[in-house]
Amino acid sequence: MAGGIYRKPIMFTIVATVVILIGTAFTMFIPMFTEGMHPKLENLKPYTPLELAGRDIYQREGCHYCHTQTVRPLKAEVMRYGEYSKAGEFAYERPFLWGSKRTGPDLARIGGKYPDAWHYRHFENPRRFFPQSNMPSYGWLKNRKLDPESIKKHMDVLGFPYTEEEIAALSDKTELDALVAYIQSIGRAVARKPVIKTVMKETVREKYLINPFAGDPEAIAKGMELYEENCAMCHGEKGEGDIGPSLIDNVFLYVEGDLPDDDYFEIINNGTFEGMVEEGRTAKGGMPPFGEELQKDEIWYIISYIRSLQGKK
Amino acid sequence: MNDYQYDNQTVKGFIVSSIFWGVIGILVGLWISVQMWAPSWNIPPYFTFGRLRVLHTNSLAFGLGVGAIFGITYYIVMRLTRRSLLFPKLARFHLYLFNIAIALAAVSLLAGMNQSLEYAELEWPLDIGVVILWVIFAINVLGTIIKRKEEQMYVSLWYIIATVVAVAVLYIVNNLSVPAGLFKSYSVFSGVNSANVQWWYGHNAVGFVFTTPILAMFYYFLPKSTGLPIYSHRLSIVAFWSLVFAYLWTGAHHLVYTPLPDWLQTLGIVFTMFLIAPSWGSVINGYYTVGADWSKMRTNYLTKFFIFGITFYGLQTIQGPTQALRVVSSLIHYTDWVPGHVHMGTMGWVTMTVAASIYYIIPRIYKTEIYSVRIANIHFYLVLIGQLIYSITMWITGIQQGAMWKAINPDGTLKYTFIETLVRNYPYWQLRTLGGVIFTIGMLFFIYNIFMTIRKGKALAVSRA
Repeated sequence: MAGGIYRKPIMFTIVATVVILIGTAFTMFIPMFTEGMHPKLENLKPYTPLELAGRDIYQREGCHYCHTQTVRPLKAEVMRYGEYSKAGEFAYERPFLWGSKRTGPDLARIGGKYPDAWHYRHFENPRRFFPQSNMPSYGWLKNRKLDPESIKKHMDVLGFPYTEEEIAALSDKTELDALVAYIQSIGRAVARKPVIKTVMKETVREKYLINPFAGDPEAIAKGMELYEENCAMCHGEKGEGDIGPSLIDNVFLYVEGDLPDDDYFEIINNGTFEGMVEEGRTAKGGMPPFGEELQKDEIWYIISYIRSLQGKK
Repeated sequence: MNDYQYDNQTVKGFIVSSIFWGVIGILVGLWISVQMWAPSWNIPPYFTFGRLRVLHTNSLAFGLGVGAIFGITYYIVMRLTRRSLLFPKLARFHLYLFNIAIALAAVSLLAGMNQSLEYAELEWPLDIGVVILWVIFAINVLGTIIKRKEEQMYVSLWYIIATVVAVAVLYIVNNLSVPAGLFKSYSVFSGVNSANVQWWYGHNAVGFVFTTPILAMFYYFLPKSTGLPIYSHRLSIVAFWSLVFAYLWTGAHHLVYTPLPDWLQTLGIVFTMFLIAPSWGSVINGYYTVGADWSKMRTNYLTKFFIFGITFYGLQTIQGPTQALRVVSSLIHYTDWVPGHVHMGTMGWVTMTVAASIYYIIPRIYKTEIYSVRIANIHFYLVLIGQLIYSITMWITGIQQGAMWKAINPDGTLKYTFIETLVRNYPYWQLRTLGGVIFTIGMLFFIYNIFMTIRKGKALAVSRA
């Protein structure tokens, strides 16, 4: 027998094929029929026509070569991006868009993190927000109209539900509208978890927390630097408001009247999300959390600076 | 002397075509390397990073890689079976169809037709074209081997047969999709399952495009160009069967810490560890072959291409399994370490071995000597330096980035924002472009040398007539 197979090409080909198919069967074919490969979260929704059109554009532009869409269950990663990815989030992904390289940040929890206006502006010129960003500009997408008929066909192929009104509405939309709608839909089946800061645990018994650096000129100077880096892009250079609301007009969370320092802290720390309630005021969402990246004192410095801006009004 | 004719024209056609697509792929690679640190080099809609990166990988994997594999495999198969191809006209058609398919593929990728599956990006009409190309190749290669005139099948033929079978299975399964128009389709696989199928494919595309056919070249051309027989036939046998068995189990190491079921990740990691053994079987076989006479490294200019090539293969197959370990993966996955790893394999192992094989083939087809050994040596050192700069800078910045992503302040907050971790890559990305330029110049020396050898051969043929 030994050596015989190397003189029999047909037998050799058959044996080689079988050898190759063993690993294929155990790691690819058989798992396909196990439940663990097809989980679905209960509140996971299929894409709307506009979102699907956006996802098609995401694929077309090769966004997945620089952005991943899977948060690993690692401490720093969950802090940076949010709750780790669950298998049941991807049932409608054909195919998955997890990516393999993070030239830009992971996008698995991007949906709802920023308001739409932020994305429009960022797509048009990423360097407006991050001067050293290397992301290409995608403003040209707003000059391109969607094709409702082809999107309808794509919805049919995927078997996603839609209404004729949704299809008709696509004709006024641009590719950029679709891409933003898709970005805002990513990762929404998993609820955002609040950032828990040591300071909040320590002071849980106090009703109001006082800024330890209130009025300190040094803190205000440091706060200005941090504000310009993190806040000015949405709230304006002097807190006058832009994508985000004004910080100097005495309307906070859509209600007249100031909020105490610890609510400022809470909002900077955790951001805002739809349905979040502070002092009986309900947020609409759109502000990202900064608590994982800013240290406790740095948040207080920013609050000192905002208070100084309000004083100048 | 021979009562049969080798079909040299088709072999030469594939080699020249593969060099052409290789030049395009390398130049696009340089372009996107600049885009990484200079975003103004993006020219929408066709020439943004997202559309050019896929053109880079596809023109090198399919244009240079598969084109060279087709041509050099035909060359090897004819010699090892002592006969001409079973269907020479089909082989010629294969060559034309190959170039048409690659040209259309390039256009379609620039137009944004992309299935978003790495190394399987082409949309369904082109997938059908690729399958037809592969079937033609399989018929000609397997047919010629069955009708061979040399009873014993040499090691290279085993690797070629395994390549033909495995690529067919991998490519067809991973590309199964439902068309939604001529230029768009949706995969039949969804979610976690689609990830598993894709990386079963993706890793084995590396295994059966960048490994087994290149090993076929190595096992054929190393003894041919040095005149030294392969050290151990038994080691060849053990390495071959264990390699083709183990490779297919390992795809999940691309999905460590993703939502893929843990047992699949672990299984993939374990088999990846095992894969060191068969890979190093071939490395050791290569070293001991030349070990019979190390002076060949000096006296025969091709030997160093093969020995450095197999050395990078050896390093690659140690580094790869290391990366699969969860603790290492958690640090370097998604960083620039990974392109550093990939390019050691492609720029070091694959391109060196393919270039050396072409250096061996072209003078023999034209019945002449290589135009300049000195230029070949310059080519060697330039691509070596270029590749080392590429890989080493990416490893450094990859580890740096991975560490910065993880860094935590004493109070438990993240030490760096994402943009801070990105900015620190810039000097390394710029150095990488420099490495790429050096590599490209090296490849231009190679192309010049091949071109001049062909010219010399043609002139000789005229004077002989």
